[in-house]
Amino acid sequence: MAVESLDPRNGPVLEPGHSYGSLSDKLTNVVLTRRTPMAWFVAAAIGFLGLMLFLYSVTMLLVYGIGIWGVNVPVAWGFDIVNFVWWIGIGHAGTLISAVLLLTRQKWRTSINRFAEAMTLFAVVCAGMYPILHLGRPWLFYWLFPYPYTLGAWPQFNSPLVWDVFAISTYALTSLLFWYTGLIPDLANMRDRAQNRFAKIAYGIFALGWRGSARHWARYETAYLLLAGLATPLVVSVHSVVSLDFAAGVVPGWQVTVFPPYFVAGAIFSGFAMVLTLAIPIRALYRLQDLITMRHLEMMAKVMLATGLIVSFGYMLEAFYSIYSADTYEVFLTQNRAFGPYAWSYWALWACNALSIQLLWFRRIRTSIPALFILSIIVNIGMWLERFVIIVTALHRDFLPSAWGMYVPTVWDWGTYIGTMGLFLFLMFLFVRFVPLIAIAEMQVLLKEETHGPGHGHQDTEHGHGRGDGHAAAGMPGSTNITGATH
Amino acid sequence: MLKRRKTGDAQPTADAKSKGGGLFKRGGSQTKPTGQPQLYGVVAEFDNEEDLVKAAHHAYEAGYRRMDAFTPYPIEEVSEAIGFHHNRVALIVLIGGLTGVIAGFLLQYYIMVIDYPLNFNGRAPFAWPAFVPVMFETTILGSAFAAVLGMLALNGLPLLYHPVMKTPGFERVTRDGYFFAIEAADPAFDSAKVRQFFQEQRARNIAEVNV
Repeated sequence: MAVESLDPRNGPVLEPGHSYGSLSDKLTNVVLTRRTPMAWFVAAAIGFLGLMLFLYSVTMLLVYGIGIWGVNVPVAWGFDIVNFVWWIGIGHAGTLISAVLLLTRQKWRTSINRFAEAMTLFAVVCAGMYPILHLGRPWLFYWLFPYPYTLGAWPQFNSPLVWDVFAISTYALTSLLFWYTGLIPDLANMRDRAQNRFAKIAYGIFALGWRGSARHWARYETAYLLLAGLATPLVVSVHSVVSLDFAAGVVPGWQVTVFPPYFVAGAIFSGFAMVLTLAIPIRALYRLQDLITMRHLEMMAKVMLATGLIVSFGYMLEAFYSIYSADTYEVFLTQNRAFGPYAWSYWALWACNALSIQLLWFRRIRTSIPALFILSIIVNIGMWLERFVIIVTALHRDFLPSAWGMYVPTVWDWGTYIGTMGLFLFLMFLFVRFVPLIAIAEMQVLLKEETHGPGHGHQDTEHGHGRGDGHAAAGMPGSTNITGATH
Repeated sequence: MLKRRKTGDAQPTADAKSKGGGLFKRGGSQTKPTGQPQLYGVVAEFDNEEDLVKAAHHAYEAGYRRMDAFTPYPIEEVSEAIGFHHNRVALIVLIGGLTGVIAGFLLQYYIMVIDYPLNFNGRAPFAWPAFVPVMFETTILGSAFAAVLGMLALNGLPLLYHPVMKTPGFERVTRDGYFFAIEAADPAFDSAKVRQFFQEQRARNIAEVNV
């Protein structure tokens, strides 16, 4: 409330004219009755093609081994880890939107949290694949987990790589729980609205028999709030642990104490960019402009600007401290980044992540949908470049010039990368097709708050009662459906 | 439940008990207990949230305790009104989190100190600061599972069928319907009286629902 009253120019978080029923219908109809738009089939088909490319690339990897990738000493971490960090960072905005903004009572989160959480989940799926695939023998990935096996060895818990296993699996499971818990009431709504018998049964099973009981809601609200409270430090810890994969190493350019906060800010930055990239076409496709309003897009643009500035500050610190350290290798690293063979990636990174977002200071840019869409894609590219710069430029020329080398990704690196984008897109569009993409019950709470207090959307029902309610409600046990029609 | 019933306002409860205590199977047309469907309770639908909250307050004041509201979105006032003030989800989450942190610590202690100590340049095997990230993650994992599974268990879910779902029009409960049920198991329950009560509360549809 306070946020709106500060600036009257801010648009609403929910356009007027909705009742509880119309809100629910609008969102369930996207899945249940509305004809699937042609664009959905096109996008899902593109995603599916990407998924097939992923299948092909992974099959090749499993058959021929990791040698088909461009990674080799000295650059043993290439696209696999670049993409891993990129995807996991994208996921973070979803958790941030659903958890941190819930705790800080930012109600503009409500209409975007569901699909931002889905985005998190699918981004973690994509991310989690890379560390497993780059193991060399991916089918033995379970050796990473501490279980007693015949070799008699255990994971080494002083290593950030083992922390990473725990952080990523915890993150994936918690995100799934959070997302599913949020879905339960809406799945019950789908169950009650579905006409198709199979859909009714399927939604019914996943809704777990939710019946909206007041006691259930009370426990549900506590559990959901606590999950949000748990997810908030989790999201910070996950990307911090990811950054420790680098920071705990001795490679110049990796051993940087600023990494954890700077990685977390970068993750949020890229995640919000991805939410914008997805939200803009989806709201147009399903005509959800009254639910995902200009206000949402503008708020996300502001978060992007803020986190983008933190990230830019991180770049400056990185460069400053490496020169200030007067350490030969650190100074060389910065020179090599700026003027070496990969200088293009370093300057492109500055252009994408630091320069382009300065446009977001202007309200006209923040409220222009094409500009936001283009900027969000530029930031996605920029954040990918950031990881490329961190990993490749640090590794390819470290201590001994005799051990220097170059990294050139092969067609299989690209195939795997584009493949995971296809997987992500495909999962995202399946989600939009089968699950309400905006949290209905939460939107109803928002509607209640927007219409001030616990008043009902349609006040006209009040008139029907008054004194005459004696016979209006004089329902015999059998004759109950009187008002069913009027509704 | 029992305790609360006794401490609640005693007058209406006692009143209803003397009359309706033994009669709570009276809902059907016959009183024969065997072979007849048992009554779950009387369910009423309300037009809006305000009426529902008012009715819930009045029901509590009238001495009913075995009752529940069913709403499309959470309404804190209703659960408060029916006397549901505390839930144990937070306690379960605390237990889950503690289990997680202890399990995370013991796992690493056992592996790194007892079963498979490795000598890194003579450093102590018990390097507890290095255990913290994993302990943190297991804490979150334990708490998150405790929150969701605990909430579902306390709610008695999954439970795909519940008598209240037989209420005509109950599918509106997930859209924009506000329902309120007083269960036959309530000692103060008397079908006719409950229906009368709901009428006074401006309920829209009133139905007796069998188990």
